Amino acid sequence: MNRSTWIVVAVVVVLFVVSWVVHASSTSGEENNIARAFGVTMAAFLTLAIFSFLYKDNPFYKFAEHLYVGVSAAFWMCQGFWSTIVGNLFPRLSEGVSEFFQVPYQASNWNFAYWTPVILGLMLLMRLSKDFGWMSRWPLALIVGTTAGLNFVRYLRSDFVKQVSATFVPLLGTAKTHPWLGLGNFFSNLDASATGQLVAMMSNWVIFIGVICGIVYFFFSKEHTGIFGRASRVGIWVLMVTFGAGFGYTVMGRISLLVGRITFLFKDWLQIIS
Amino acid sequence: MKHKLLIVGMVLVFGLSPVWAQTELDMADSTVVDSAELYPAAAADIKVVDKPNDHGHAVVVTWETSADDGGGKNNVLHYEIYYSTSYDGPFDSVGASPAGESTFVHIGSKDPNDGNFIPDHTDLFYQVDVVTIDPAIRTASGVQGPVQASGQWFNTGRWPVLIAVLLFGILTIYFVLSARRGREFYIRPIGGIEAVDDAIGRATEMGRPILYVLGLGTAADVATIASFTILGRVAKRVAEYQTELIVPTYDPIVMSVAQEVVKSSYFDAGRPEDYKEDCVHFVTQSQFAYVAAVNGIMLRELPATCVYMGKFFAESLLLAETGSLAGSIQISGTDEIAQIPFFIVACDYTLIGEELYAASAYLGREPKLLGSLKAQDALKAAVVVLAIAGLLAANLGWTEFPAIFQVID
Repeated sequence: MNRSTWIVVAVVVVLFVVSWVVHASSTSGEENNIARAFGVTMAAFLTLAIFSFLYKDNPFYKFAEHLYVGVSAAFWMCQGFWSTIVGNLFPRLSEGVSEFFQVPYQASNWNFAYWTPVILGLMLLMRLSKDFGWMSRWPLALIVGTTAGLNFVRYLRSDFVKQVSATFVPLLGTAKTHPWLGLGNFFSNLDASATGQLVAMMSNWVIFIGVICGIVYFFFSKEHTGIFGRASRVGIWVLMVTFGAGFGYTVMGRISLLVGRITFLFKDWLQIIS
Repeated sequence: MKHKLLIVGMVLVFGLSPVWAQTELDMADSTVVDSAELYPAAAADIKVVDKPNDHGHAVVVTWETSADDGGGKNNVLHYEIYYSTSYDGPFDSVGASPAGESTFVHIGSKDPNDGNFIPDHTDLFYQVDVVTIDPAIRTASGVQGPVQASGQWFNTGRWPVLIAVLLFGILTIYFVLSARRGREFYIRPIGGIEAVDDAIGRATEMGRPILYVLGLGTAADVATIASFTILGRVAKRVAEYQTELIVPTYDPIVMSVAQEVVKSSYFDAGRPEDYKEDCVHFVTQSQFAYVAAVNGIMLRELPATCVYMGKFFAESLLLAETGSLAGSIQISGTDEIAQIPFFIVACDYTLIGEELYAASAYLGREPKLLGSLKAQDALKAAVVVLAIAGLLAANLGWTEFPAIFQVID
């Protein structure tokens, strides 16, 4: 780092300390005010450090990034050990080990089954060995194969069969509110009260055309030319309109996150707004 | 004299108190008599059966609603269901159904240590109380049972799923065998995938690395599995061109699989000595910490090409925008519908949904993948036909056809 960088770092450190002192003094009557002031100042500093990435990569961003990655990696490792291994595995494997970790032993005739994940886990760790590294492929194959198989049925149920039946929509009238009584009957009874029915019908037409053309777009084993190509073109338009709506919806959600962070800076840290 | 008067007064008070008490009791009795008229009629025809198509530990209780539910005295608030493992009780309340309802599904736990445990293959007894707004005014039914809860091997409500699985399986086997026999299958060009080779060439010319992000999915997610195939292809090209590859991973299992994939690609390319295990490394399992780290890698290593293939969530735009800032060619693909728009606006090429799965077949050209892709297309054709048929059925009032596709969970 050059001299100017050091100066900037020094200024930030001074500002941090000043902020800490000012915040602590403003809450002098409260319990643990010094520790809480440090927490709020640190949170504000880390927020600004992450925001500084919008300018360019810099030492403050690097500090926040490494702190975040290190803390989260360590947190999840501890979480995995204490919740999965100590919380779920040891209480079913050994009474002595359970007592050692002060977790209640859960006796069951099926506890021997819990040795399977122990063995598979140890096999996974064998990748650290040059001679026995091949053993780690077996649990990997089991994990991928088993869950892919389970997902296969789940997806077919939720993304195929249920979706197919969801496209069975009435194009002339809506079955629940206005059961279709025939084409002539529909037109003879068309009045102001049928507006809702008309909107529902249009919605059903969009569903039908959108589904059919969308599926056509995702045909890979046929060239997209002629009528097929035109249907595919409609399909991609439907997709793009859907994505546009999704984009706007999600951006609004992100803006609310930004508002939350700015509120923290101005309310909890600077205490400018109440 | 005063004392005598006091004594007489006390005698009168204490002597008359039983009479007063009796009068109060009589009044109370008269209240009981009055409130007895408020007691609702009991629930009738109570039936208890094992819940079908489940893993056990559940019983369905049905009854005919009380005559005072919606009519008569019209004072029923709800039906309270009691259960015991003995005819003589004691009975515990297990829940309630509001007035007008005539069914209650008692779903218990399968864990014997759980307070809500319902044993399988054990006699169970139920009682239904018709309760008014005053909990004390209720009418109990007789004890019903015994019934035994048990699990079923097959969920008959999911026949359509079984048929779909069999149909898809048969189609896949047929097309895989056809591909193995040498039958040629046409696959339409997929823009994003065709750009991969060019992007690798660009990285080689510029002497900058290629960043491959597998997303936040687990090794079991379909998108991640498809991404492994594409990673294999990219790694093979990278090995051939002797370019640097960086694969930061979010999940330890994904890291292990990715290391195997990249390693075997280097072997396939005939350059096992160039393989560096560190090129595929674990970062963290915290979503935004992972993003912060990958963004940092992008701006420090300045990769010529960023490939995002797999399952992505809120981090998609953060990654793609930073990649754009770093001046990288970006190719993305995900099946997360909510994230595709972000990739479309920020990346040069985007594989939309199923194109990601097709890409692995397109690149690999293996009979298994080609057969599977062809089977998917055949199933899609079936969906189009079924959708049109179902549409006609819905419009002509033929309810039997849509009922075939009803899945009961």
